[in-house]
Amino acid sequence: MAKRIEVSGLNVYYGDFKAVEDVSMTIEPRSVTAFIGPSGCGKSTYLRTLNRMHEVIPGARVEGKVMLDQQDLYASGVDPVAVRRVVGMVFQRPNPFPTMSIFDNVASGLKLNGVKDRKKLTEVVERSLHGANLWNEVKDRLDKPGAGLSGGQQQRLCIARAIAVEPEVILMDEPCSALDPISTLAIEDLIEKLKDRFTVVIVTHNMQQAARVSDQTAFFNLAATGKPGRLIEMGPTKQIFSNPNEKATEDYITGRFG
Amino acid sequence: MSSTDGTAPPTAPPDGPRDEKLELGPVGHLGDRLFAGMARGSGVLVVAIVAFVGIFLLALAIPALANNESSFLFSRIWEPGANPPQFGIAALFYTTVISSIIAMAIAVPIAVGVALFTTYYAPKRLAAPVAHAIDLLAAVPSIIYGLWGILFFAPILRPVIDGLGSALGWIPLFQKSVTDNVGVVFTASVVLAIMILPVVTAISREIFAQTPVAHREGALALGSTRWEMIRMAVLPYGRSGVVSASMLGLGRALGETVAVLIILSVPNGNDPWTSSIFAGGETFASKIANNAAEFDSPDKTGAYIAAGLVLFVVTFLVNSAARLIVARSGPGGKRPRRIKRIGDKPQSEGATL
Repeated sequence: MAKRIEVSGLNVYYGDFKAVEDVSMTIEPRSVTAFIGPSGCGKSTYLRTLNRMHEVIPGARVEGKVMLDQQDLYASGVDPVAVRRVVGMVFQRPNPFPTMSIFDNVASGLKLNGVKDRKKLTEVVERSLHGANLWNEVKDRLDKPGAGLSGGQQQRLCIARAIAVEPEVILMDEPCSALDPISTLAIEDLIEKLKDRFTVVIVTHNMQQAARVSDQTAFFNLAATGKPGRLIEMGPTKQIFSNPNEKATEDYITGRFG
Repeated sequence: MSSTDGTAPPTAPPDGPRDEKLELGPVGHLGDRLFAGMARGSGVLVVAIVAFVGIFLLALAIPALANNESSFLFSRIWEPGANPPQFGIAALFYTTVISSIIAMAIAVPIAVGVALFTTYYAPKRLAAPVAHAIDLLAAVPSIIYGLWGILFFAPILRPVIDGLGSALGWIPLFQKSVTDNVGVVFTASVVLAIMILPVVTAISREIFAQTPVAHREGALALGSTRWEMIRMAVLPYGRSGVVSASMLGLGRALGETVAVLIILSVPNGNDPWTSSIFAGGETFASKIANNAAEFDSPDKTGAYIAAGLVLFVVTFLVNSAARLIVARSGPGGKRPRRIKRIGDKPQSEGATL
């Protein structure tokens, strides 16, 4: 588990519009990498290309290479559905399936993979909920709807759902932006724990959060509205926040920009 | 570059006590009052119309029912002109309900399939024409459906009827008919299915298109195929909508008159009654329309009115049930409140009703 992602020369287009230009980076396994940058700089778009979720949007396409260890995710014959089973995703707003119970929500990915054995399902659901720091809060009501939980609990339920299928990588698109500070703290603790087993990539608007949870930070920016977003700088989080190489990074981090 | 906050405009108004008194008196709510009155009046009017229809039916039906010598609900005899008058609705009720239920059983799966196709499978430039074509079915007058049904469609359907009759004839419902008459209940059901297809499709399509993006992406991000995404996110969300759409279609099929009247052959008075859908028959609506010329005595008229009253009550119940299901569950299952809290804006993709 936990693989290295190597991206080279990646461009993302929506129809004719170039949204992200020429991104190359290496994301280390068992680490947390944060993407920061102003709104509209393409960091979420770029994140979605790492599990081909951008293809859900009509007209979106990609040029370049995304390698997961030795495998090109965009090689011909690669099924995006299979990619997403290996590279999981957690969204901005918690999105548990509203008609499913807590148990079924966590088990849903396994059922997609054809796991039917009740004992195995129970085992994985319990392990995943433990892994998402949610077990103690929900163990007595696994058959209740997931929608009845608080926002923060729902988000941890979504993380449990994502890790239940044992992905190599977990992508998180601003996972705390809809949550209160206490729930945010719970998610951040969880991210710290997840990196023992997974490669974690997180997009965040909250720079303190990036500084707290990530090992590596990548700063994205765009030259002007309507221009494509670019990767300005990437490095160890400590260095990016204390001594960035680029002026734009420093301006953004110190709040003089954006 | 941009200012960090929007407070403190550059020129603040000068502070200090003001001399004039604030105008806090009535500002005139004429528009509010007018509009509230009109809205309330319209609401009352609609309820009053429904009530008057019911009262009219009851007032005319009760005297005839009082003179009726037969069990109104359980008899299959229909001789309101006899002395004493005898009439019962059992046969009419059976044909009406069975033809509508079969129509629904045929139409709903097709409607759901078409709705899913136009919302999630078809490319945009194909989806719109298909959706439009289905909507056009609603614009065809029912007399045309009747003519088309009996002259063109019924002969085509004949081999199907024969085949089903041979294969399933041991079930009374599918008993082979003795004549090769084409104006049978099954034919009427298929035509009814085509007629209710547009409404069921339109409502299903709208509800499917409203499935929140978050739920769909949640399913896709777990590595589900498109069909698995539909099963995990779209169908649970749209289930109540499809149920209510089916009920509305059922209500429409129950009351359909002209097409059924033209298609169904009226059984001979001497023929034994059969429950087979491969025989002729009469529904409430077709019976009344067929015999409109007979409304000469109050007893006769009252008998037909009483039959109409039963149809009224049945369609009313079906429609109420549909509304109840919609109101209780709302789109997305049991918890409309939750959707609000999460703040998902339902997205509609050009779905129209």
